[in-house]
Amino acid sequence: MSDVKAAPPVTGAKHAAGGTANYLDERTSIGAFTKFIARKVFPDHWSFMLGEIALYSFVVLLLSGVILTAFFVPSIEPVVYDGSLATMQGIEMSKAFESTLRMSFEVPGGLLMRQIHHWAALIFAASILTHMARIFFTGAFRKPRELNWLVGFTLMILSLAAGFTGYSLPDDVLSGNGLRIIDGVIRSMPILGSYISYGLFGGEFPGEDLIPRLFTAHVLLVPALILGLIALHLFLVFLQKHTQYPGGGRTDKNVVGFPLFPVYTAKAGGFFFVVFGVIALLGATLQINPVWNYGPYDPSIISAGTQPDWYMLFIDGALRIMPGNLEYVIGGYTLSLNILIPGVVVPGLFFGALALYPWIEAWATGDRGERHILDRPRNAPVRTALGVAAITFYVVLVLEGSNDIVANLFRLSINDLTIMFRIAVFVLPVLAFILTKRIAMGLQRKDRELVLHGHETGRIVRFDDGEYIEVHEPLNDQERWVRVSYTALKPREPAPELNVHGVRRKGYRWDRFKAALSRFYFEDRVEPVTPAELEEAQDHRAPVAESEAPRPEVEKSTTS
Amino acid sequence: MSTDDVTPGGGIVEDEFTDPGIPTHHRPRRADVDPKAAKRAELQVAALFGVSVLGTVIAIWAYLTADVGGDNIAGVRNTTMFLGVGLFLAMIGIGTGAIHWAKTLMRDHDIVEERHHLRSSEEARAGAVDNLKQGARDSGIGIGRRGLLKGSLVTALAIAPLSVLVPAVGNLGGDWNVSKLRNTMWRRGMRLAKDPGGGLIKAADVTIGSVFQVIPDGLNELEEGKLEEKAKAVVLLIRMNPEDLKVQPGREDWSFDGIVAYSKICTHVGCPVALYEQQTHHLLCPCHQSTFDVADGAKVVFGPANRPLPQLPIAVDDEGYIIAKDDFNEPIGPSYWERLK
Repeated sequence: MSDVKAAPPVTGAKHAAGGTANYLDERTSIGAFTKFIARKVFPDHWSFMLGEIALYSFVVLLLSGVILTAFFVPSIEPVVYDGSLATMQGIEMSKAFESTLRMSFEVPGGLLMRQIHHWAALIFAASILTHMARIFFTGAFRKPRELNWLVGFTLMILSLAAGFTGYSLPDDVLSGNGLRIIDGVIRSMPILGSYISYGLFGGEFPGEDLIPRLFTAHVLLVPALILGLIALHLFLVFLQKHTQYPGGGRTDKNVVGFPLFPVYTAKAGGFFFVVFGVIALLGATLQINPVWNYGPYDPSIISAGTQPDWYMLFIDGALRIMPGNLEYVIGGYTLSLNILIPGVVVPGLFFGALALYPWIEAWATGDRGERHILDRPRNAPVRTALGVAAITFYVVLVLEGSNDIVANLFRLSINDLTIMFRIAVFVLPVLAFILTKRIAMGLQRKDRELVLHGHETGRIVRFDDGEYIEVHEPLNDQERWVRVSYTALKPREPAPELNVHGVRRKGYRWDRFKAALSRFYFEDRVEPVTPAELEEAQDHRAPVAESEAPRPEVEKSTTS
Repeated sequence: MSTDDVTPGGGIVEDEFTDPGIPTHHRPRRADVDPKAAKRAELQVAALFGVSVLGTVIAIWAYLTADVGGDNIAGVRNTTMFLGVGLFLAMIGIGTGAIHWAKTLMRDHDIVEERHHLRSSEEARAGAVDNLKQGARDSGIGIGRRGLLKGSLVTALAIAPLSVLVPAVGNLGGDWNVSKLRNTMWRRGMRLAKDPGGGLIKAADVTIGSVFQVIPDGLNELEEGKLEEKAKAVVLLIRMNPEDLKVQPGREDWSFDGIVAYSKICTHVGCPVALYEQQTHHLLCPCHQSTFDVADGAKVVFGPANRPLPQLPIAVDDEGYIIAKDDFNEPIGPSYWERLK
């Protein structure tokens, strides 16, 4: 510190802070990093919090998970229960199940931690999906963020893996049957099915290896991958800077918002505690996964209303919705399409399309530029409609995955309900697409209307000659800018089929496909209002406006 | 600010509207203009942090007074509740306090940061290419040179992981004897035992309309593989009025006076089939609602399963106990590729 000359007198705390900073900086150049990070700007919007919820619930998962590992025994070895829960005494169960009961009923706060962990897992998966939906509907996956979309997509898949491996650990009847269903789906795979099943379970189902293997995957493999990818995900967010919604002064070349320090340190940091608090309250007050009601796993037992956690419901629904007569025997080999399609093909296609979506849309737009201003969902009607159609498809499968509960709740025949869903799973997504596209375009026209004619004021004016008009108030610059500052993309035309030599060009078919895709996206569009149109609209109104002065108002009222 | 050069409005009609720039008028919050309001906000934030301290105290108190571990289930409930609510308050107090602080007292003027193209400059790119070329030259494997080196390295790198993967994957599946899927432990003459309990079953004990979950007598005494055998061998024994039973061709002697035995494992994806409807003789799998008609060879009447439940041929021995006449004549449970081989 002796080299710091003419420094003003400092307090002890300041001195210590300065000393520490100096010590660190001389060894890590953390000063330059702090300069870069402290006033880094982030834009403000509630929808940007969805990803934060995912991050924070993951932190809660790590914290509560570490506590649970202190008490959980990942072993299938049978023991006879003699703990404090009277209903289970004398029953033979695995150590995994027994230790789950012990941590719930004999460790103070153990049940709370289990319930916090389970609720956090449900919220983790839900927040990732909603965050992903936000990214999708606002076009935040466009260049340069396609790769980060893939990172996020992988995180979503890993969240399902984390959830499912953890859900199966207590070795209870419910999760055991879930594993058996997975085993059944795996076995339906051609040629390798039985071998993959053996590889996973260490032999025949249920075997003795699965719980320890799931444990390792759940506490080491999957969380390590998730942590690494979260680091990459956030690094890319910092590197590429956050997207922002359209507004005055916000362009593809800047980012407008508040600084990381102090505003987001307080808001985002505070939000972590809010998320943690809410999850704690859920864990304290709402029972979840009461495994002692299900009992230890026994491959011969099942209970009515058997359902997986919500994030697996769509696969279970797909299994339930399928008619059974799609099993074929070819040359003596069995091909169970009734399981393969819902269990493997449908999720594969659904997730595959989701992962590749940024590139699919880029084929249609042909857009090569960086896009940092988010789309308002209405300004991309086909994308928005595709998203809503996909969500509709997903929700039908989720509902079918609870068809027994739904049927029971509404006193319906489960058979009728399933048949209805079989139709709905095809019809509703198409309807949703058409409807959403129409609504989006309707909203765009409403925007045009507003820009051209202004806000309704509710002021009715009568002129001397008996004509009534309602006074409209023009939009201010900011309001107008939000509604006109988008580009309505036009379909791409494929380059000519023949090249200069009159020979059919390579890649023409691919171009034609891209042009067709582009037509699908951009054939119907609503152009933003141009200044010329606005001027013209104002000209129409001009005579009225002029005549307003000489012709005194005779009646003025405010309508609701 | 970057928007100074933008002049909104103007008389000339252009092709596009011009960006009006960041809104200049900033609406002040009450704490910005009224020192009393600012003081009030400060107190509110401090109070929220105080809530957090209170929450921590509650959580520790709940832990210290926990009555957990005896026969007292209410103690578990109370501890979970109070510890959880304490944790909730401890967290939510900090969270809402910090956010309230940010929203009322921290400066809330927009600031602007320029973006830079992510693409590296042409210089940097050229420099990168040069460096790589230089490195390649130094190593001696420039374009079109030392093919043998490159080829052998790529080959070695590609197959080296096998030295780990082959043993690792090879060990995963135990003995890999997938033909075990084909058979269960049922043998000719093996008695049917109730599960749980293990009591043997006489035909006379099975009244019309009753259902028993049944395992092979002796399964519970197995030294190892008990769960694996049970997962395959479990059977539902059902008696119905013999007139209701449509005996399947070729299976005339597989049932006994209206008593039939079918595998409990669903032919869809392997859940235990459990819900028996006595009047319709329908058996429903609660996992995916495959429904089987027990009166008619356990054929599928609804749902995603394709095949009937396999039937266990049964008879009655000299002492009146129900016995198996043989193993199932097909693999039980879900379909798989080499199922019929």
